Amino acid sequence: MTTEPTTDTTKTAPALAVRDLWAGYNGKPVLEAVNLNIDQGDMVGIIGPNGSGKSTLIKTILGLIKPLRGEISILGKEGSPERHLVGYTPQTELVDWDFPVTVADVALMGRYSRRGLFRRTTVEDREAADASLELVKMFDLRDRLIGELSGGQRRRVLLARAMAHNPKLLLLDEPMAGLDATAQHQLLDLLDELRGKGATVVLSTHDLSCVSSRCDKAACLNRRLIAFGKPSEVLNEQVLGETFGTHLLMVHLDGQAYAYQHHVHTEGSEVIETNLPDGHSHAERTLL
Amino acid sequence: MIDVLIEPWEFAFMQRALLAASFAAVVCSVVGVFVVLRGMAFMGDAVAHSSLAGMSVAYFFGGSVFWGAFAWAVPASLAITYISRRANVRLDTAIGIIFASGFAVGIILMSQVSNYTADLFGLLFGNVLGVSWGEVALIGLVAGGVLLVITALYKELLFTAYDATMSAASGIPVRFMQYLLPLLVGITTVASLKAVGIVLVLALLVTPAATATLLARRLPGIITFSVVIGLISTVAGLYLSFHADLPTGPSIVVVATGLFLAALLFSPSKGVVWQAWRSSPLPQE
Repeated sequence: MTTEPTTDTTKTAPALAVRDLWAGYNGKPVLEAVNLNIDQGDMVGIIGPNGSGKSTLIKTILGLIKPLRGEISILGKEGSPERHLVGYTPQTELVDWDFPVTVADVALMGRYSRRGLFRRTTVEDREAADASLELVKMFDLRDRLIGELSGGQRRRVLLARAMAHNPKLLLLDEPMAGLDATAQHQLLDLLDELRGKGATVVLSTHDLSCVSSRCDKAACLNRRLIAFGKPSEVLNEQVLGETFGTHLLMVHLDGQAYAYQHHVHTEGSEVIETNLPDGHSHAERTLL
Repeated sequence: MIDVLIEPWEFAFMQRALLAASFAAVVCSVVGVFVVLRGMAFMGDAVAHSSLAGMSVAYFFGGSVFWGAFAWAVPASLAITYISRRANVRLDTAIGIIFASGFAVGIILMSQVSNYTADLFGLLFGNVLGVSWGEVALIGLVAGGVLLVITALYKELLFTAYDATMSAASGIPVRFMQYLLPLLVGITTVASLKAVGIVLVLALLVTPAATATLLARRLPGIITFSVVIGLISTVAGLYLSFHADLPTGPSIVVVATGLFLAALLFSPSKGVVWQAWRSSPLPQE
C-alpha cells in the first residue's frame, strides 16, 4: 500500500509509521495490531464509528497514552514523540470555551512546548503565534475572547495553536464536527494550503464524503485497521460494512462515493452518515 | 472625617490585623481566580474545614495552631486529588469525605478542652485582631511563597487549567500541575484562617475572584482586579469592624459580597442592569 522508507532521514522517512500498535485504557486494548505508513505531505482521513479508537490512535501517537505493544516513529524518529514535530487539535467539546483567554493567548500556547518550565515566552514566540494566526486568517480577531468565536473560527484558533511551533505532522481530532458545509470547505482549503508548505495532515472524521473528495488516503479503523489506501480503492461496501459493523450501501454521484445505512425505523429508512449532498434525499430513497 | 480614617491605625493590634488580613486577601484573590475558573471552590472549603483536626491536635498539645492546620491541609489537599484521580470516587464525593471527617475529629478533640466554645469560635471565625507580629510574618511568608510559585509557573498553570490534554501533548507535567494547584489552594486557606477563620475562608477565596471575572476579560486583568477587590474588602472590612464594633472576618466578607453584588448589577460589560437596558427596546410581541 505504501512504500517502505529507503533511508532513515527526515527527508524520506514516512511522516508517521505505526507498527503492530496495541493501545488502550487500563490494560484493555482499544487498538489491536494497527500498522500504518503515512507519507510526507499526504492528507489522511481516519474514519470509523464511535469507540473505534480514532482518538486513542491520535493520543497514542502524541504520547499521551503509552502503547501496550508496538512502535511509533515520526519522521523516522522513534521513542517519545519530539514535541516540535507534531501539532495537535483536540475535539472542540473538550476545550473550555468560557476560559478568559483571547485568540492571541491560545495561539501563544502553541509555543509553550518550546519553552521550559519557569520560562517566559519571548518576542520570537509572539511573532510566531501571530504568523500562525495570519496563516489561519484569524489575526484580525486576535484580541477576541475565544468564547465570542463561531464554530469555524474556534477550529481555526486551535489550528493556529497547533501550527505555532511549525510542526511537520498535524493530528486533528474531528476537525469537521459541527461545522456547516462552507466552514468545512474553508477548513479543508486551509489544510491543503498547510500541506503545500510541507505539513502532513492526519484527521479523524465521521464524514466519508470529505475523505473521499479531499484526502489522499483513507484509514478505515474499527479497533483494527480494516483498510488503508486511496479513497477510490478503499471506500467500498465491503470495507465500510466491516468498519461500521453494519451494511452500508454505496451511491456514486458526480464521481464521488457516498455511503448510507439502511435503518429500519418506524418512519422508514434513514441516512446515518450525513454525507449525501443536499437535494439528493429523494434520489436516495428511490435507490433504496 | 479624616480621624475616622486614621484612628484605627493608631493601635498596634489594628496595624497587625491590617497586614495579616491583607497578605491573606492578596494570596486568596490570586489563587481564587484559578479556583473559580476550575470550579474548585468546595475543595478549598473542604481543606479549610478538615484542617480543624490539625488545629485542634496542635491546640490540644499546646503546639502552634498555624502549623497544625498546615500539617493537616497539605496531605488533605493531596488526598482529595489522589482519591478523585485514582479510586473510582467522584471529586465532590472525595471532598465530602475529607471535609466532614477532619471537621469531626477536630470537634471531638476540641470538646475535650474545658473552654471549648470560646476557643472553637476563634478557630471557626478567625481572630485577626489577636494576631501577633510573629504570626503576621508567618502569614506573609507563606502567602509570598504561594505567590512566588504561581508567578514562576504561571504559563503552565494557565495552560493546564485551560486545556489539560493539549498541555500534556506539549510536554507540560500535567499530573504534577494537577496536584500543585490543590496544594496551593490548601496552603492558601491555612494562611487565611487567622484572618477570616475556617467557615469564611471560602468567601475570601471565591468572592473577589468571581467579582473580577465580571469586570475584566483576560486572565491577567482578572487577577489584578481580584487582588484590588480583595484589598479593598480587607481595608473597608477593618474600618467597618473597628467603628461599628463588628467581628472582623465577617465584616471583610460582607464588604466583599457587597462589591460582588455591585459588579453583578453594574459591571460595564456583564452587568445585569446594562444587559436589561440594552435588550429592552425589543418590540413587544
